[in-house]
Amino acid sequence: MAAGEYDTAGDYINHHLVNLTYGRLPEGAEHCYGGGTVETTHWAFAGCAAEAEAMGFMAFHVDSLMWAFGLGALTMFLLYRAAKKASPGTPGRFQGFIEMIVEFVGNTTKEVFHGRTGAIAPIALTIFTWVFMMNLMKLVPVDLIPFPLELWFGVEFQKIAATTDPNVTLGMATYVLMMMIFFSIKVKGWGFLKELSFTPFNTWLLIPVNLLLEIVGLIAKPISLGLRLFGNMFAGEVIFLLIAALFGAGLFFLPLAAGLQVAWAIFHILVIVLQAFIFMVLTIVYLAMAHEDH
Amino acid sequence: MNFNLTFVGQIIAFAIFVWFCTKFVWPPLLAAIEDRRKIIADGLMSADRASKDLELAQERATKIIREAKQEASGIVDAANKRAAKIVDEAKEKGRVEAERIKIAAQAEINQELDRAKEQLRSQVSTLALAGAAKVLEASVDESAHKAMLDKLAVNL
Repeated sequence: MAAGEYDTAGDYINHHLVNLTYGRLPEGAEHCYGGGTVETTHWAFAGCAAEAEAMGFMAFHVDSLMWAFGLGALTMFLLYRAAKKASPGTPGRFQGFIEMIVEFVGNTTKEVFHGRTGAIAPIALTIFTWVFMMNLMKLVPVDLIPFPLELWFGVEFQKIAATTDPNVTLGMATYVLMMMIFFSIKVKGWGFLKELSFTPFNTWLLIPVNLLLEIVGLIAKPISLGLRLFGNMFAGEVIFLLIAALFGAGLFFLPLAAGLQVAWAIFHILVIVLQAFIFMVLTIVYLAMAHEDH
Repeated sequence: MNFNLTFVGQIIAFAIFVWFCTKFVWPPLLAAIEDRRKIIADGLMSADRASKDLELAQERATKIIREAKQEASGIVDAANKRAAKIVDEAKEKGRVEAERIKIAAQAEINQELDRAKEQLRSQVSTLALAGAAKVLEASVDESAHKAMLDKLAVNL
C-alpha cells in the first residue's frame, strides 16, 4: 500500500512499524481482512500485523535479519579489505579511516579494561561498526526503499532500520550476556558461582537471596543494553514516520515537514553514532566487570 | 514487533561477525598500526640523531676553519718575517759591499797619493836646484848640494 492510500496517519505509521514476517501460521488463526481461519498449520509470510501476531515465537522478521546480516557482512567486508591490505607503510585514505576507527575502539577498550584486550576489543569493534551501520539506515527516508519494493515486487512490509526491532537489539544484548558469563567462568571458574552466591550478603544463610539478587542484576544489564538502543531507535523512527505522514497532510505542511525532516535527520546523525558508541562502551564495561574479582 | 526467532538469528549473526572480526580483521589491522607506530618512532629518533650529528659536524667544521685561519695567519706572519729578514740581510750585504768598495777606493787613492808623493820627491831636488839657481843667478853645483837636497826631499 502506497502512502496515499492510508485512511489515517495512524494507519500509515502502524503499517510502517510492521516487519516483513515469515513464520508458522497455526491452525485456527484468523486470516487478514476477514479471510476466514487458517485450516492447516503452515509456514507463510504474514499478510498483516494480526497474522504476524498469531505466529508467536515461531517466526522470522525477514527484513530485520536480511538488513542486519547484509549490513554486518558489508561492514566485515570493508574491515576485512582494510585488514588484508594493512601494512606498516603509508596508508591510503580508506585504510587510514578504518585504522582510525580501529584505534579509537582499541583506545576506548584500553581505557576501560586494564588487561589483555585481545578478546574484548574485536567484539567492541564489531558492535560499534555494525550497530552504526544498522542505525545509519534510519537516515534513509522512510519510504525510499519500502515503497518501490511494494510497488514492483509486492513486498508489503519492509523495515530497513534493523535496530528498531527489539529482537535485533536484545539478540545482540543476549550475545553480550553470553560473553559475560563465558568470561566470568573462564577467569574466575568456581569463583563466579561463589560471587553470585555470597554477594552482597556474605553468609551461607542468605545464598538464595544473594543468587536471586545477583542473577537479576546480571540479566538486567544486557536487557537495559538492548532496550536502550531499541528505545532510542524506535522513538526516532516513529518521529521520522510522523514527519513523513505530515508530508502527506497537504501542500500547506510541506515546508514545515521538510524543515522538521532536515532538523531531525541532522540531530539523528548525532544519535546514531552516540547510541552505537554507548552500546560499545557498555559492552566493554560489562565484559571488563566479568574479568574482575570482587 | 513480536518477540520471535529473529532474536535467535541475531545472536547467531552476531557470533559469526565477532568470530570473523576476531580472527581476520583485528589482528592484522592492529599489527599494522603497531608496526607503523614503531617505524614512526624509529624515524623520529633517527631524525633526532641526525640533527645531533649535524650539530657535531658543524662544530667540527667551525673548529677546523678556525685552526686553518690560525695556521694561515701564522704562515703569513712567518713569510713577512722572512721577507723582512731577507731585506735586512740584503741591506747588510749592500752596506758591507759598499764599505769594501770604499776601503778599496781609499787604498787606491792612498797608493795614487804615495805614487804622486814619490814622483814629487824624485823631482824635488831638481825643482829646488832650479829654484835656487834662479835665486842665486848662478849655477849651483848639483853634486855639491846633492846630499843636502836629498835630505830635504826625505823630510818632505
